[in-house]
Amino acid sequence: MKVELDGVSKWYGNLVAVNDISMVLAPGVTGLLGPNGAGKTTVLHMMAGFLAPSRGQVLVDGEPSWRNPPVYAKLGLVSEREAVHGFLTAYEFVLASAKMQRLADPVAATRRALDLVEMTSAQDRRIETYSKGMRQRTRVAAALVHDPKVLLLDEPFNGMDPRQRLHMMELLHRMGEQGRVVLFSSHILEEVEQVSGTVQVIVSGRLAASGDYRSIRRLMTNRPHVFTVQSSDDRRLAVALMGETSVAGVDVDAKLGLTVRAADYGTFTRALPKIALSTGIRVHRLIPADESLESVFSYLLAA
Amino acid sequence: MNLTIASITLRGLLGRARFLFLLPLPVIMLGLAWLADSLGAAPADWVGPIVGGLGVAVVLPVMALIVGTGVLGSEIDDGTVVHILTKPLPRREIILAKLAVATGVTALVAGIPLFLVGLLAEGVRLGLGLFVAAVAGSLAYCALFLALSLLTRRPVLVGLAYVLLWEGLLGNLLKGTRLLSIQQNVVALADAISGSDLVKSTISTPFAVGAVVVFAVGGTWLAIDRLRSFSVAGETS
Repeated sequence: MKVELDGVSKWYGNLVAVNDISMVLAPGVTGLLGPNGAGKTTVLHMMAGFLAPSRGQVLVDGEPSWRNPPVYAKLGLVSEREAVHGFLTAYEFVLASAKMQRLADPVAATRRALDLVEMTSAQDRRIETYSKGMRQRTRVAAALVHDPKVLLLDEPFNGMDPRQRLHMMELLHRMGEQGRVVLFSSHILEEVEQVSGTVQVIVSGRLAASGDYRSIRRLMTNRPHVFTVQSSDDRRLAVALMGETSVAGVDVDAKLGLTVRAADYGTFTRALPKIALSTGIRVHRLIPADESLESVFSYLLAA
Repeated sequence: MNLTIASITLRGLLGRARFLFLLPLPVIMLGLAWLADSLGAAPADWVGPIVGGLGVAVVLPVMALIVGTGVLGSEIDDGTVVHILTKPLPRREIILAKLAVATGVTALVAGIPLFLVGLLAEGVRLGLGLFVAAVAGSLAYCALFLALSLLTRRPVLVGLAYVLLWEGLLGNLLKGTRLLSIQQNVVALADAISGSDLVKSTISTPFAVGAVVVFAVGGTWLAIDRLRSFSVAGETS
């Protein structure tokens, strides 16, 4: 069982949402990481058969998912939009899913799925009375009721409190260990860290990095950093900084002060105070220039 | 016929506040008919405006519009349709379940009042004629509005434009467009079945039957085909 993307692109008129992505998802948990608007949902929707790829192929267990309803017998989707029939109880909602999946024993499957997400005690209340986390779990139960081999979740941790998050993470882990292909998207680095060993990073519609989480994390922390420094004597400080091995380059600007490109974060921030002290230069400001997640991601894109 | 989809659709439809809008119109029509009758007016004078002008021209299409766009359009709007679509069901089965519920509810809220008005005006035969014609009309209208739910993001608006501009305005100005008007074909069916002098149409019966079938089958087929290629727009956040 695997999910395969082969040279997949998706464009809307002139706008390219997903650009030539190829990946293979094996059993286990994979995180789909990227800033908002990067194309994560588009990728998930193409996997789930809700969008036709403009070019390339999306295969779930060797079959295309677009215009192929039988694929849903082995695929479960938890979409980001929190849309549920609020007038149903969790039990009715999951049971309806089980019946539409044409399961041999829909009642038993429903009980098992609700038990899995720990919603059994609240199963007879209408969904509209639930908290966000309970709704999310109910939707997960409905997506799991037919025991799918592939589970796709779009931003499953959004709006959950830490305890619900932890519970959901455990659940995803268990699913992965049971040999299912579990893919969840997130724009928060730390979420991926706790759940997933493998990540696929998407930036601006392109696959920026893929592989083991730890090596990608190292890539992210060891990337060059840019700082803006203002001091009592910028030019003299620039000369001193150029002698420092952790500094890759310095620009001098009369108004902005110095723009320092440092090879790595830790060494430079430890070296700067020592240099200032030894040269007797007073540092007024030290501002890291690009610490946003977007810049971290775009660095990966260039790497 | 998928009973699970049908029952969820029905509960969703009846549970919405919109459904309450279904009730006043047929009640007004019945009230007016009863008033005209009890004031001693001759049926020939009031059946035209009340059955033709209000019942078939307003009550039936408006009920069908609310119900027909409510069974699928609302689910597309709020995103709950995804739950039904992520099931290994032939898309035909989903559309047929929705169409059955929509036609049934429309026939109930528009057809029964029309039956009662016909009964009041002349007798069982006119009542039955109006009822059967209303059921056929419900099917044609609901199939059309179901297809519109998948063809446009604003099915209520487009449906309303069809009813008001095409059937209402053009149907009165250009007689030719009447042939392609569900409303006019419903009148023709009622005329053929009841044989009453109170309901008259210039459209031949075979044509009316054919037109209703074309609307019903065409709309259903279009809806099934569009649902097969149903796309959910990409990035929302």
